[in-house]
Amino acid sequence: MTASARAAKPLDVDALIEDRGVGVVVCCGSGGVGKTTTAAALGVRAAEAGRRVVVLTIDPARRLAQSLGLIELDNTPRPVEGVGAAAGGSLDAMMLDMKRTFDDVVLAHSTPDKAAQILENPFYQAVSSSFAGTQEYMAMERLGQLRAQAERDGTWDLVVVDTPPSRSALDFLDAPKRLGSFLDGRFIRLLAAPAKAGGRASMKLFSFGANLAAHTLSRVLGGQFLADVQTFVAALDTMFGGFRERADVTYALLKEPTTAFVVVAAPERDALREATYFVGRLGAEGMPLAGVVVNRMQVLEAPGLSGARALAAAEAVEDRAEDDLPSATAAVLRLHAALARTAARHEAHVRRFVAAHPGVPLSAVPAAATDIHDLDGLRAVGSALSGT
Amino acid sequence: MPATSLAHALEGIRLHVVTGKGGVGKTTVAAALGLTLARGGGRVLLVEVEGRQGISQTFGVPPLGDTEVRLVQDSSGGELWGLSVDAKAALLEYLQSFYKLGRAGGALERMGVVDFATTIAPGVRDVLLTGKVFEAVGRTSGSRRGHGELVWDAVVLDAPPTGRVARFLAVNEQVADLAKVGPIHSQAQSITRMLRSSRSTVHLVTLLEEMPVQETTDAAAELSAAGFGVGTVVVNQVRTALVPDPVLARLGSDREALADTVRSDLATVGVRSGDRTVGGLLAETEAHAARLHLEDGLRDDIGALGRPTLDLPALAEGTEDGGVAMLADELAAQGVG
Repeated sequence: MTASARAAKPLDVDALIEDRGVGVVVCCGSGGVGKTTTAAALGVRAAEAGRRVVVLTIDPARRLAQSLGLIELDNTPRPVEGVGAAAGGSLDAMMLDMKRTFDDVVLAHSTPDKAAQILENPFYQAVSSSFAGTQEYMAMERLGQLRAQAERDGTWDLVVVDTPPSRSALDFLDAPKRLGSFLDGRFIRLLAAPAKAGGRASMKLFSFGANLAAHTLSRVLGGQFLADVQTFVAALDTMFGGFRERADVTYALLKEPTTAFVVVAAPERDALREATYFVGRLGAEGMPLAGVVVNRMQVLEAPGLSGARALAAAEAVEDRAEDDLPSATAAVLRLHAALARTAARHEAHVRRFVAAHPGVPLSAVPAAATDIHDLDGLRAVGSALSGT
Repeated sequence: MPATSLAHALEGIRLHVVTGKGGVGKTTVAAALGLTLARGGGRVLLVEVEGRQGISQTFGVPPLGDTEVRLVQDSSGGELWGLSVDAKAALLEYLQSFYKLGRAGGALERMGVVDFATTIAPGVRDVLLTGKVFEAVGRTSGSRRGHGELVWDAVVLDAPPTGRVARFLAVNEQVADLAKVGPIHSQAQSITRMLRSSRSTVHLVTLLEEMPVQETTDAAAELSAAGFGVGTVVVNQVRTALVPDPVLARLGSDREALADTVRSDLATVGVRSGDRTVGGLLAETEAHAARLHLEDGLRDDIGALGRPTLDLPALAEGTEDGGVAMLADELAAQGVG
């Protein structure tokens, strides 16, 4: 554990994953900070502490996915062999397939005829497969499903979720609410009305403003597009209630004390700024923050030798050299000095973060020399997380 | 695949789209590229579309809004301006300028249509953002589009990350498919044409790490398949090889002898040389060697893309305190601008 991390209250990862009262762990943070690795490592460690865990990953690195036995994205949790059995635990892992999740929702909540109509709608196809935002909704939807399945069948007692690499790390928090306010909005009724009532006549029911809005949309988007949207909305109308209900349930679940948020960051300015947003937002929403994990901390193997002293020694060694050959010792010392400088910068970033967030537990994970591609690598990350 | 030359890859480019996996420093690279082009005497607009305020933080200026702000004025006469495009403002501006919607704009806002369009409706947000970039690239000083001088010599777009960039750039095509007629349809088609033209290019920023390189390779294939030009691959945060190869070789073949050399050298210059220090120094060197070995393999993967490669050094102090200017120097030294 590094000095700046020691200054903060440590995040007790083992207490977190061993706490049977915790049923959902959400790993969030900006892109490229090792969220998925952290989620996977927590999953492995929890399983080996006897929990029956399912890890929902969004977009894992290929080799990380392979280390969990995930070959393709198929939306179904698969057992990860060789994890947790000795402790009575188990680990399942899955990758999110957002289109498949959306399709499943449609199929589960409408008649076969209606489902077919929705699945063929061009607007639906665009929404469900390609556009930004859908991933957030579907990650939340899948989390809700897994949690429900866990409670119903007792398959799992812990769901660990990785969050999508969003424009903003906050997107996935906003997704369910946005969906809710959209569904409650007048606009959706406006869209749904003409198709339901079978024509423009029904528009008279709306205010002048609504008419103007619809007319404008039709002008801007073209009639066919609007008709597609209207058909889509009308077809979905019956299942929207269920949609919103589940979005509300998932949102409420996130606020329960059985949920724990782990904000993941790297010791860089931008990543820690995102972490700051997140910590603030979770607080404002009353969502339970377990703590912050700072990955990729540069740590020194020879911490007793300061960077400045190493640099001075390198110069002294070179000065004494009797030939012009590069000195191995000087090179090794210069490397140490460079690492020490990076380590100092990382420390400073974390220190600033800790100072600005008193009382937020924090755990720092040393940077690994190479990338992680097997279960042992994940176990090593797990021990680093727990400070052992 | 023979690498295209840098000069060829950058010739005649007016729109530089900069993307990369999250965390690789694409905003910094976009800023450095914009700065390099401005130092060459051009009027350059640097645009961000994700509301992160990365540009204002990089240049240490107050948060950017939806009006362009001058960031740098160079002695060459070049200027770098910044803009943070907000989808909501872009929508209202768009409706106003294209449809003269005084009252309808307000009605749309009250009905929740603006919120719907900019946050929920698929793709509209990306259409608006790319539309604003399209407008800037084609903007002229004349009273009508296409008349007078071009206002910007180059536009640098700090684009969404690699995972979403092909979708982001192709959004107009999908919209053109959905909206089969009407002004949105024709606007979407014009934007797609501009993004696919030989005057636009996508630069991919990566680190010498496994996942960013993997994403870069995937994105290059995806972008090419979708008809977008890939410009350069920018390798960011390149570490200098501080330990010469012969030393690394000794580490593998004759670790004990190397340890003895280090121990005696340290003792000679009066630095404490216990086993922990010597062992620690060698362990650091070993980790460094492992990293370099991994990076060599990743270099090969990047080389296989056949695009010109630009290297930017890791800045020990991070990108604060003028780091972006140092990176711009590097880009210029490697032939950009």
